[in-house]
Amino acid sequence: MKKKALSLILCSAVVAGSLAGCGGSSAPAADGPVADAGPEGKTLNIYCWNEEFKSRLTDHYPGYVVVDGTHGTIGDVNVVWNITPSDDNAYQKNLDENLLKQDGAAADDRIDMFLVEADYALKYVDTPYTMSVADLGITEAELANQYQYTKDVMTDSSGVLKGLSWQGCPGVLIYNREAAEAVLGSQEPADVQEFVKDWATWNDTADKMKAAGYNMVATVNDAYRVYSNNVSGKWVQDGKIVIDKNVEQWVKDSKALVDKGETTTAELWSDDWSKGFYPDGKVFCYFGPAWLINFSMAADVEGSIANQGGWGAVEGPQGFFWGGTWICGATGTDNPLLVADIMRQLTTNEQIMADIVKKDSDFVNNKAAMEAAATKDEYAFAVLGGQNPLSMFCAGAGKIDLSNQSEYDQGCNEEFQHAMKNYFDGNAATYEDALALFYQGVKEKYPELSY
Amino acid sequence: MKKAKRSKIVSYNKWGYIFLIPFVVVYLVFQLIPLFSTIYNSFFENYRSGLKQIGPNFVGFENYRTILTNGDLLTYTKNTLIMWGLGVVPQIIISLLLGAWFTDPSLRLKFQRFFKTVIYLPNLIMASAFSMLFFTLFADSGPINSILMQMGIISQPYTFMSHVWSVRFLVAFLNFIMWFGNTTILLMAGMMGIDISLFEAAQVDGARAGQVFFRITVPLLKPILVYVFVTSLIGGLQMFDVPQILTDGTGDPMRSSMTLIMYLNKHLYSKNFGMGGALSVFLFIITGILSMIVYRFATGKKED
Repeated sequence: MKKKALSLILCSAVVAGSLAGCGGSSAPAADGPVADAGPEGKTLNIYCWNEEFKSRLTDHYPGYVVVDGTHGTIGDVNVVWNITPSDDNAYQKNLDENLLKQDGAAADDRIDMFLVEADYALKYVDTPYTMSVADLGITEAELANQYQYTKDVMTDSSGVLKGLSWQGCPGVLIYNREAAEAVLGSQEPADVQEFVKDWATWNDTADKMKAAGYNMVATVNDAYRVYSNNVSGKWVQDGKIVIDKNVEQWVKDSKALVDKGETTTAELWSDDWSKGFYPDGKVFCYFGPAWLINFSMAADVEGSIANQGGWGAVEGPQGFFWGGTWICGATGTDNPLLVADIMRQLTTNEQIMADIVKKDSDFVNNKAAMEAAATKDEYAFAVLGGQNPLSMFCAGAGKIDLSNQSEYDQGCNEEFQHAMKNYFDGNAATYEDALALFYQGVKEKYPELSY
Repeated sequence: MKKAKRSKIVSYNKWGYIFLIPFVVVYLVFQLIPLFSTIYNSFFENYRSGLKQIGPNFVGFENYRTILTNGDLLTYTKNTLIMWGLGVVPQIIISLLLGAWFTDPSLRLKFQRFFKTVIYLPNLIMASAFSMLFFTLFADSGPINSILMQMGIISQPYTFMSHVWSVRFLVAFLNFIMWFGNTTILLMAGMMGIDISLFEAAQVDGARAGQVFFRITVPLLKPILVYVFVTSLIGGLQMFDVPQILTDGTGDPMRSSMTLIMYLNKHLYSKNFGMGGALSVFLFIITGILSMIVYRFATGKKED
């Protein structure tokens, strides 16, 4: 009797288990990628790598209520934050695993929304895992004020827009005013620009700086982004790795700078890189967007150049951008209306965007708002000695051309900089040796490529 | 009567097998099955590029051929053995010396317990934390460079991480610091197992300390020494954490400090189970051969 009861319980457990499994896997068929398909889910899962987007949503999205560090509510929908730091690619690994399981997951466990960076945006954009913005019900007319490059980043190979951003990150050349005064004879932006207007002049200025005891830039990697943003072809063309002329120019220029002792080969964010934030570091310039100037150059540390307002900003040799976060709707979301509304509010609502500029000093993705701010003195940067660089940022954002990105950018850029560091340090005897190291590294990351 | 007796023996056997079950199950699930699935995987082209899965397609020995023909295997085996050798030679010498001192009854060292604890302590710190510490200490503008410059030994910061031999020595040194305490404890245990009367007899015969060490301690310690050598070799071939953290996974300069396992780890970026599997099989074979050589070399002499 006892045995029979036990087997009955076991049987029913097995049946219940398999039914539950069925329920989970058959659910995604019910709602397609169309915006208004039945009732919305009760859980909004957001994948991101830091607190930035969470604080934007908390501060600016109407009706968002904080529950605890990783939970919140919007109306009767629970918002669940899945935050994985991007160190060592952990964020992407986690996201990839969960996206691949998306079809079989229960409605409340599916990813509804995730964030990406430009370096690897195409890896997600050019797949069916991201939802088209048009399918979410957001029209092109609503996005007219956004900078074109922020849309280019998220456009897949067949021209479909797959994600939006609330910020723009055009960069400028940030120079040490004291060094400019001493070596170039003027610290005025208009005069300094003449000394850095193209790479040839920039290199000549580096010699002058060296003679006066200054490094031109903290490391060769500072300038890499500026060269690599201005390439004329993609890293990978027809499955073959192609090295662009402008990137080769970076190698030539940088090798010369390093050999003459005018810069170092340190990594970005290392101590050797950031020591130039202080007068004793003796660095003439950095390349960076608004967030670098405002948040990363030790402005709140007594004695730093930023603290004394000792930096100035000019356009520099070429336009570029650095960073930025894009919002993607995940295919299979059970909250398409909410996802669409969050995108709409944060990236197109002018009132909210103006608030973001005021509260968070972001350079927001709205031409009209930024061009208006560029003319106002209240937006002058204290770290730049009272200069208002917004007009420069606006001009820069309009000029950025991202038609030459590819889904392999992150891996290729990382491996290229790493291989060339060996060349600059003299460990690779020739450029060809360093290239071999680069090809080897890329082939390990993307075995299908050839060179 | 007879029957009952027999059943008693059988039931004892049964307990033996029951006690073996946990080990066998854990071994099967976590060792033997992964071993065979690794070999199985090595015959397939199976990786992920971005979100695209490629394979698994059966390719026979293609992965093995790729590894053998591009010469990587030889380079990284060499790197691994160099860094292992640089660390293990001083490690064994120092451990032997310390072990001999600690166990020598005529020396009567004080605070033995304290010293034993101190030399073992580095092993308790995580290798990654230790490597991070050294990475910071030996950075271009780190404290070691500042000290050397203030003392006037060098005028420019020495870029430790950009020179082949400084990186290799640092890796070896870290491994040495971390493991010499462990080796000392093992060798001491071996030395304490040697019959004390042999030492006394040697002293009576007028042997010097050096003679006692080389003629009595070392030969009788051979089984433990072989054990230490083989475990250290296997551990050395699997060297990963220290160079990985110290060079940020790059094995710089020019991959001269990249070990076999670091190379294996590179294939995990693309989830390349085929190449990873093939490389693991090679590693398995290399470890087997080297362990055999060490074992033969150490035990073969005894027969002479």
